[in-house]
Amino acid sequence: MANLLGLEVKKVTETPPEEVERVQNWINSEEYKEKNFARQALVINPAHACQPLGAQLCAHGFEGTLPFVHGSQGCASYYRSTLNRHFREPAPAVSDSMTEDGAVFGGQNNLHEGLENAYALYKPKMIAVFTSCMPEVIGDDLTAFIKNAKQKAFVPKELPIPYANTPSFNGTHIHGYDSMLYSILHTLTEGKQIEGRCTGKLNLIAGCDFNTGDYREYKRILKEFGIPYTLLADIGDTFESPCDGTYNIYAGGTKLEDAADSINGKATIAIGPYATPKTFGWIKDTYSGKHVTMPMPMGIEKTDAFIMKIAELFGKDVPASLKNERGRAVDAMTDSQQYMHGKKFAVYGDPDYLMGYVSFLLEMGARPHHILCSRGSKKAEKELQALLDGSMYGTGCKIYMNKDLWHLRSLVVTDPVDAIIGDTHGKFAARDAKVPLFRFGFPIFDRVNKHRYPLIGYQGVVNMVTEICNKFIDIKDETCEDRFFEMMR
Amino acid sequence: MRQIAIYGKGGIGKSTTTQNTVAGLAYLGKKVMIVGCDPKADSTRLILHAKVQNTVMDLVREKGTVEDLELEDVMKIGYGNTKCVESGGPEPGVGCAGRGVITAINFLEENGAYTPDLDFVFYDVLGDVVCGGFAMPIREGKAEEIYIVCSGEMMAMYAANNIAKGILKYASSGKVRLAGLICNARKTDMEFELVTALAKKLGTQMIHFVPRDNQVQRAEMRRMTVIEYSPEHPQAQEYRTLAEKILNNKMLVIPTPLEMEELEDLLMEYGIMEAEDESVVGVAEAA
Repeated sequence: MANLLGLEVKKVTETPPEEVERVQNWINSEEYKEKNFARQALVINPAHACQPLGAQLCAHGFEGTLPFVHGSQGCASYYRSTLNRHFREPAPAVSDSMTEDGAVFGGQNNLHEGLENAYALYKPKMIAVFTSCMPEVIGDDLTAFIKNAKQKAFVPKELPIPYANTPSFNGTHIHGYDSMLYSILHTLTEGKQIEGRCTGKLNLIAGCDFNTGDYREYKRILKEFGIPYTLLADIGDTFESPCDGTYNIYAGGTKLEDAADSINGKATIAIGPYATPKTFGWIKDTYSGKHVTMPMPMGIEKTDAFIMKIAELFGKDVPASLKNERGRAVDAMTDSQQYMHGKKFAVYGDPDYLMGYVSFLLEMGARPHHILCSRGSKKAEKELQALLDGSMYGTGCKIYMNKDLWHLRSLVVTDPVDAIIGDTHGKFAARDAKVPLFRFGFPIFDRVNKHRYPLIGYQGVVNMVTEICNKFIDIKDETCEDRFFEMMR
Repeated sequence: MRQIAIYGKGGIGKSTTTQNTVAGLAYLGKKVMIVGCDPKADSTRLILHAKVQNTVMDLVREKGTVEDLELEDVMKIGYGNTKCVESGGPEPGVGCAGRGVITAINFLEENGAYTPDLDFVFYDVLGDVVCGGFAMPIREGKAEEIYIVCSGEMMAMYAANNIAKGILKYASSGKVRLAGLICNARKTDMEFELVTALAKKLGTQMIHFVPRDNQVQRAEMRRMTVIEYSPEHPQAQEYRTLAEKILNNKMLVIPTPLEMEELEDLLMEYGIMEAEDESVVGVAEAA
């Protein structure tokens, strides 16, 4: 076989083309799907990342904070590169680079030297430590190690060093996010609760959200309300810092003193009940004021609930500007409803995102036909089912818990849909099924600026409607016969 | 809730002593949970009258994940309402038993096994503190009180001293303290005096001298503690006394482990070991 330059190249495979074609057809069959779903011991292309990745995202959300990986260097590179491929921004983090000797003797020396160097070189206001697999398997005791580091003066005693155990072989990025957030807030608020003090502020936890636009949108909504707030783990500016020729290693983030004072807040809202259960459970027991956890405000109904909750907590009327925004979002939905109505979707991602996608799709009269989650609880499944049961468009839609993207492929080739919503990892399944993939989740490696467009709030509704409907119209324009190629759509 | 970890040389009688002591505490009306931290999983058989308890790791192996596990699957109730859990672990020669202990204890924590009505939690830990995993029971927020089971045998004392070194490491950064040596007597020469002396050198106490008695073995044949098998027997009284001493123990210290030479001096002082004759070291019999 000759290539484009006329040179002989070795065949990729000796398998005859008929056999390749047979297998290609076979993996699209119902028979293969059954075998695929009977699979137990193997996961192919899971729709989640590992704990430390979420922990690092959370650490970036605090002012002057250096994320510190206690573990191997390769793992640290993976978290960093995943974050900078998604945001197309640097994700500065350090690792104490444990190697063979660390595995044998324990990682205390690595941690101590690492802390000393990192502090001297990068002058952080806080170092947030989390772990890769190796120290977790050998049982490194971070509590003792960090205490010793302070006792032996590798770092100043007053430097806050929260830490989280984040074994990658357990849970997903959202669990790592939760553990890190819990530890950071725990560390910063210690001894800061003042009897009778109320900051008058709303504490908002956005959950493990990789969309900087969402953070900006939350802040804008609260500004419209005129409510003072502390957005905790605010990565909004960290991963969307202005390009002005200078490099700031610690761009953005929640001010440490604000985070410390959050314990005296007037109210706390945790977005995403599945994203931060550990942190929220602790906040409920310790923080002053009121505490609620709410679903991600995606779609009209869930955004309404969020807006009304803020109004209720602060005894304020919903500002006219937000009411107008809601009206515009509803208008945008009505104007484009015919392009989405009845369309079937396959959706996958974290439980909180899934609640949002499903709720929004049902509002548009679309069918979330296959709903797939690679790490989800029975509770999440029940809640999704309740959403489906609440709408006529939910009939016939099915939830697949603890399944991966290879399962998704089987689903979309045997029981076709019009589009898929997820992250970049689903592009192979979408290609094989010849349907568009809407990249709303994390990570997004193959499109630009997606993380700047909010998915939450009324603005998020407009963004999602616009992207989805225009894509369907594009497809129509690209594929229709000449006689149906119209100016008007 | 007081959390207590029991360490000691392999085969010294940790599990037997722990279960009999726990039975003593239960007899005194205390609510106790035993967490066996040993892949052999023999820390609860006398309390449960069972051959082997289903361990956390057994069930994890069966289900393939710890997430589908329920607390009821792994926690059994035995004598005196004592709650029993075994961490279990991989088969000998494969995997990582230390991580098994970490996984099991994390599981118990996350699933609310540490209920406020418990007076005591006992961790019965494999032989020696061999790796980070087996130190899990003495991490911050867990056991702060450690008892070392030993006897007057040289190797048992050597092991006790080594464990004290491990405790020292943890004590300097946390709240872990050595609470005493429990002498599980082997009827060796000068045993009482020797262990008392070792305890003193370590800065602690010999909290109790448990005499050797075949009644323990007779009870074990029926998979029972002496306290349940024959509550009136003098040996049962010994364990009740030990339980009471632990109940009232206030002596929690940072240990002062000995150097090898000091330990040998101690053994020589009590005539257990003879002074080495350096001139014959390395010389064959026929030479």
